[in-house]
Amino acid sequence: MKVRFELNEAPMEIDVAPDRRVVDLLREDLRLTGTKEGCGTGECGACTILVNGQTRLSCLMVAAQLDGARVTTVEGLAATTAGATIQRAFVEEGAVQCGFCIPGMEMAALALLRQGDAPGRECIREGLSGNLCRCTGYTKIVDAVERAGRDLHAGREEQ
Amino acid sequence: MSPREPLQVGRPEIRYDAAAKAAGTEPYAADLYPENLLWAGVVRAGVASGRLRSVAAEAALTVPGVVRVLTAADVPGPNRHGIIHRDTPVLVDGRVRHAGDAVALVIAETHAALRQAIGRVRAEIEPLPAVFDPEAALGEDAPLVHEERPGNILLAAEIRKGAADQALAGCEVVVEGEFSTSMQAHIFLETENGVARLEGDGTVSMTVSSQSPFRDRFEVGAALDIPYDRIRIVAPSLGGGFGGKDGATVQCLLALAALHAGGRPVKMHWQREESMAAGYKRHPCRTRYRLGADRDGTLRALYCSLLYDTGAYAHLGGEVMELGMEHAGGPYRIPHVLIEGRCVYTNNPVAGAMRAFGVCQVAFAMESMMDLLAHQLAMDPLELRLRNALVDGDVNCAGLPLTTSTGMVGCLEMLRDHPLWRERQAWKDGAPPHARRGVGLAAVFNASGYGGKVRDAAIAKVELNPDGRIAIHNAVTDMGQGNACGFVQMAGSILGQDADQLELRQPDTATAYPSGSASAGRTTYTFGNALIRACEELRQRLINRAGLLLFLDDDCELRLVPGKVIHPPTDREVPLSRLAAFMPREDRVCISQFVAPVCRQVPDTATGFFIGFPHVIFAYGAHLARIEVDLRTGLIRIDDYVAVTDGGAVLNPCLFDQQIQGGVAQGIGYALMEEVERREGCIQSESLATYLIPTAVDVPDILSCRLSGNEATGPFGLKGVGEVAMNGPLPAVANAVADACGIRLRRAPFTPERVLLALEEQA
Repeated sequence: MKVRFELNEAPMEIDVAPDRRVVDLLREDLRLTGTKEGCGTGECGACTILVNGQTRLSCLMVAAQLDGARVTTVEGLAATTAGATIQRAFVEEGAVQCGFCIPGMEMAALALLRQGDAPGRECIREGLSGNLCRCTGYTKIVDAVERAGRDLHAGREEQ
Repeated sequence: MSPREPLQVGRPEIRYDAAAKAAGTEPYAADLYPENLLWAGVVRAGVASGRLRSVAAEAALTVPGVVRVLTAADVPGPNRHGIIHRDTPVLVDGRVRHAGDAVALVIAETHAALRQAIGRVRAEIEPLPAVFDPEAALGEDAPLVHEERPGNILLAAEIRKGAADQALAGCEVVVEGEFSTSMQAHIFLETENGVARLEGDGTVSMTVSSQSPFRDRFEVGAALDIPYDRIRIVAPSLGGGFGGKDGATVQCLLALAALHAGGRPVKMHWQREESMAAGYKRHPCRTRYRLGADRDGTLRALYCSLLYDTGAYAHLGGEVMELGMEHAGGPYRIPHVLIEGRCVYTNNPVAGAMRAFGVCQVAFAMESMMDLLAHQLAMDPLELRLRNALVDGDVNCAGLPLTTSTGMVGCLEMLRDHPLWRERQAWKDGAPPHARRGVGLAAVFNASGYGGKVRDAAIAKVELNPDGRIAIHNAVTDMGQGNACGFVQMAGSILGQDADQLELRQPDTATAYPSGSASAGRTTYTFGNALIRACEELRQRLINRAGLLLFLDDDCELRLVPGKVIHPPTDREVPLSRLAAFMPREDRVCISQFVAPVCRQVPDTATGFFIGFPHVIFAYGAHLARIEVDLRTGLIRIDDYVAVTDGGAVLNPCLFDQQIQGGVAQGIGYALMEEVERREGCIQSESLATYLIPTAVDVPDILSCRLSGNEATGPFGLKGVGEVAMNGPLPAVANAVADACGIRLRRAPFTPERVLLALEEQA
């Protein structure tokens, strides 16, 4: 079937089997390999994308569900103020090790930080608890999201 | 624009790979989808012991898009791979020894066709008696996993120093304990995968998620009878490894598929369930300890017996146990020691290398024993450890005189002065109703390097590119630990360059030089030392050649700065791009080898050891966990965690802390929740819904404290710190639970159920 959706703020139309997993559509068909697959069963969060602003697991979605939706992947992050702020914080706070969980982690962070005020560490931990990381022990990831939250909040205050 | 600053050793330079990883553009093996690719996948035995009678492929071959179904008959060569022992069939040709054994290989046009076809291959396997319990495997009537291995023993060995039996009999205080640890899974997020292709000249080239690209050639070549120079392995950044990608996973299977794919690229990517079923695991271990001391707390004698379950194949099981034995007495002076170790085959999943390689099992036992002893002596557990901690020049429990940096005392002293230790009583007193609080310690250490008889060497290559940038040909995989980032920092520091001026090339057996595996805490140490030499040679050469261009005959007046060589007295300069155009290729490349130090006076304490004894360099750590036990649910919550580490000098504090925090989190999972559940050798906890690892809410902020030191043999004074942190959490949490509730947990992990049971037994 033809699926039309907005992908990282650009219109996208693709002919695809309606039951094609979105993670395969993104990675294999569209070569957007920033979205990772760590389990295929919705438990690790590595394949997290935003669909209409909400975090979704692309390994549990099929192509037909994207029709008419607004989709953001890690490749579209840098184009937004919040996304770029999050990425910069991850890099500068040392939150990145093997990096395989990071795109999903950043998407979860973006959804969390869009909810408003700069969240505290416990709130951040809750917000990221659907995303597994095996390298970092999470401390520096929480540092990064905390800082991104502060930076974004400060930016909003200035405006 | 501010002047360009060269990278400097010791500073928290930002990882060169962080930006690409944060942008999702870092290329992992899993991200490769070459044009015209085929998919390959494995049919697994599904039963733990049997004889493969036949493989029926007809139904699978009717699935549209299926290209081939391969069996052992299609394997050229001996069909056996392995690192030390070549005992693992690429495809089973007779005996099935564990449920994850590969019995057939399917190649298909699409992933969907592959999955469907795998389900339709029928393997007829005649069941044979199996053994799953390592004690039972030692029994006289136990079925043999390998017929040529009586008693199912892979390795039985002993370390004997002094006369432990007699000394224990004479000790004023003796404590005893038995402990057991779980089978742990690595759970790297990027599961085992790669892409292979048969090139026109007959070379099998492969890009694979591997910690050991150079050794992979030998495993693949030996198993499939392919000359080593006809195998090329490329190992890009890994999405985690932790030891589980040290040794062939998909490699032999992919090469076999490539041989039958008519030159098309073949991709294999294990799903999470397959990674659980067929990937390597941490050895479960049972230990029995007797520890004797004087009444003043001076350790006198230790006896312990260790039993490691290596599963169906050897992998590195013997070496894992040997390293455990070498660490079984902890970082302490004990004059009389007897350590007995056995590593046995069972029909369980294959155990192999995993971060802290046999050591975290014994650290749990020994550090629990130290607290039992402290309790018996009514001594402060930290003071007891300090009293016995190894110092420079001591002889360790394996009989090795310590000649390298030994920071155990410094770590313990730093922890003793930490507020979380000093103010522990007030914190404990603040426990809410229905809960108890406790504070636990662990003193740990971990060797680095391969140990005796295995040459621990690396060969670094650096090259001035025609564009004036300098390429570092990394030859030891970066699985996330950041060694490659450390290499960029070292090279920048020596060559006076910033990150923009440096190019890091990931391991490729066609262009880099053999440098061993990314493992054993030796990655940054060994390759880093080789890199320093290569970079120093290149620096001298670039300065010298620039002098030729500038008509200067005193190299001392010239300096490398980002992008150029400058001559401050005359304010002249030569851009590196111009220099590159002036120098022929051979002149632009520097290659240097480093061989890690080994012990030449090997103590006569060890018998039965094959390779890997003894080690000479150790990282040390002192850990503290503050925990709260909910008496109603049995749930342990870790509120604070401190890890003090002696890793020699610090190359990059941020990278250092990353390793420590990550190791602690993996150790917390090992302590609280991680256990690969099996039934009849088949894995029950096959997904991340049933095999739990810590999430962001399961671990506290982990505080890493760096003991500043210097290891004279290390690159810029450093020692490897990738493994040592893994050893602390399990015993520190066990000791904290004992402190909180007075119960001694001996079987890990400490699930709420086990905690409640122990609380009931106590009542």
